[in-house]
Amino acid sequence: MIDIGTVYLLCGIYLAYVAWQSFHDKNHSKRLGTTAFWALLAIAFLAGGRLPPMLMGILALMIAGLAGSGAIGLGQYHAPTPETRAIKAQRLGNRLFIPALLIPAVTLLGVFGLKHVHWGSWTLLSTEQTTIICLAISCAAGFTAALRMTGERLPDAIHASRGILDSIGWAVLLPLLLAMLGGLFNKAGIGDLVATMLTTALPLQEAWVAVLAYGLGMVLFTMVMGNAFAAFPVMTLGIGLPVLVHQHGADPAALAAIGMLTGYCGTLLTPMAANFNIVPVALLELKDQNAVIRMQVMTALPLIACNLVLLYMLALP
Amino acid sequence: MNYWPLLAVVVVVVGFMRRWNPVLVVMAAALTAGLTADMSPQRLLTEIGEGFAKNRYLLIIILTLPVLGALERAGLREHAQQWIARRKGLTPGRLMTLYLAVRQSAAAMGLTSLGGHPQTVRPLLAPMAEGAARAVHGAIGPKLRERLRAMAAATDNVGLFFGEDIFIAFGAVLLIQGLYAENGIVMEPLHIALWGIPTAILAFAIHAWRLHRFDKRMAKAVNDEKSAGDPADD
Repeated sequence: MIDIGTVYLLCGIYLAYVAWQSFHDKNHSKRLGTTAFWALLAIAFLAGGRLPPMLMGILALMIAGLAGSGAIGLGQYHAPTPETRAIKAQRLGNRLFIPALLIPAVTLLGVFGLKHVHWGSWTLLSTEQTTIICLAISCAAGFTAALRMTGERLPDAIHASRGILDSIGWAVLLPLLLAMLGGLFNKAGIGDLVATMLTTALPLQEAWVAVLAYGLGMVLFTMVMGNAFAAFPVMTLGIGLPVLVHQHGADPAALAAIGMLTGYCGTLLTPMAANFNIVPVALLELKDQNAVIRMQVMTALPLIACNLVLLYMLALP
Repeated sequence: MNYWPLLAVVVVVVGFMRRWNPVLVVMAAALTAGLTADMSPQRLLTEIGEGFAKNRYLLIIILTLPVLGALERAGLREHAQQWIARRKGLTPGRLMTLYLAVRQSAAAMGLTSLGGHPQTVRPLLAPMAEGAARAVHGAIGPKLRERLRAMAAATDNVGLFFGEDIFIAFGAVLLIQGLYAENGIVMEPLHIALWGIPTAILAFAIHAWRLHRFDKRMAKAVNDEKSAGDPADD
């Protein structure tokens, strides 16, 4: 059976190869730091499930320490000249799109097809995190197709991908660290504290004050946590259910759906949602750290206003 | 009640506002939250380790990079630009509106991993938007290119966020259903998902309108750049 462990193994092997290439990159500006970073991350993927959690915690601190102290730099990736690329593009034409489009196509096929392949009680894919597993399979398929079609050598392709990885640098780690922080915030009871403070400080017997507190609370708390999923239980159990549903008679389904989407507007506004707002900055080689967030502000703010009106009109009786 | 853990929120807000390295900010906030909530150092390390190991799937996206690496060496981005430049009348704003519509409807059907910044924005949408801009406006400067790329990333986010919530088996809908069920309110996922539609339509309308304006402002900016004699690099 292919499960998430298989996917982690694949990631680990890939990162170990990247670390190996980094180590042999004599022209690398920060050879040892970069090698150490990708190597430790490879270990986290290869041994992660089997390490005692405390040791994993120490490993995580070391990886984060390297990422945070600027130990990752740029190297030499054997990139072809623009002229070579233009000639190749000319020759391959639209076929170049095929491996790129294979990633979504195979993911789709996996989610709808491979998921159901089984032999008695043995299933091809694990039923947990199936989409992630399918994404990994589609990457393997896309990579094979890309190598065959372009005639690029495998080490060169990994060199090129290492260039992208090094330029993303510390940002690659951020989504993972933020998810870890979210869990820790929950354990420390921060959500309950925020809800208690809001309910004692505001005159929630007024319906519109309660709507504003719930909606804007979702936005702000999502911005701090980087994730509407973390804000939702806190705000809904703190204000939504006790005040809006039980006191003001709001429709719980409309309240929750629109409230959650109000939180999503907060996701558009915060660097804490790193995988959506910070990773693409590195991936697209933008100079301004907040370039993507800036572009989203004028979509998010009007949408927040619309959602508050929708909450007031649709959710309240 | 112990209010000290709120200090961790302060660390996050101040750290991001002062633009310290986000990785260090997050680690500092994690240590603050743990220590102010009276966790022992061993317990804190264990929590960090478990959280780290459990969420490794968030890095799965690195597996797309070898595919991108091979294709970019063979000129994928150059080809995407030329391909779009041959489509007459396709401005960057219209291209991104089309992408927004496809991304949002796909996400509404549960196909969230059909797009994404490494899967579609870097190899296809961003270079295509640049190609379209060049076909319409001629060469564009680095500042405009930066805005164009950022808008491409933003468009992917908007399409994903306000599409996925309509899909009934998506995490958000199931989270809502589960939380209510625990508190004695039983409801169907479809009932929750339907209430996401008004916001989804509004999100599309607002962002599409902004893309329309983006085209106009871009035309103006290109003119200004040309009259100012800025060397447009390309």
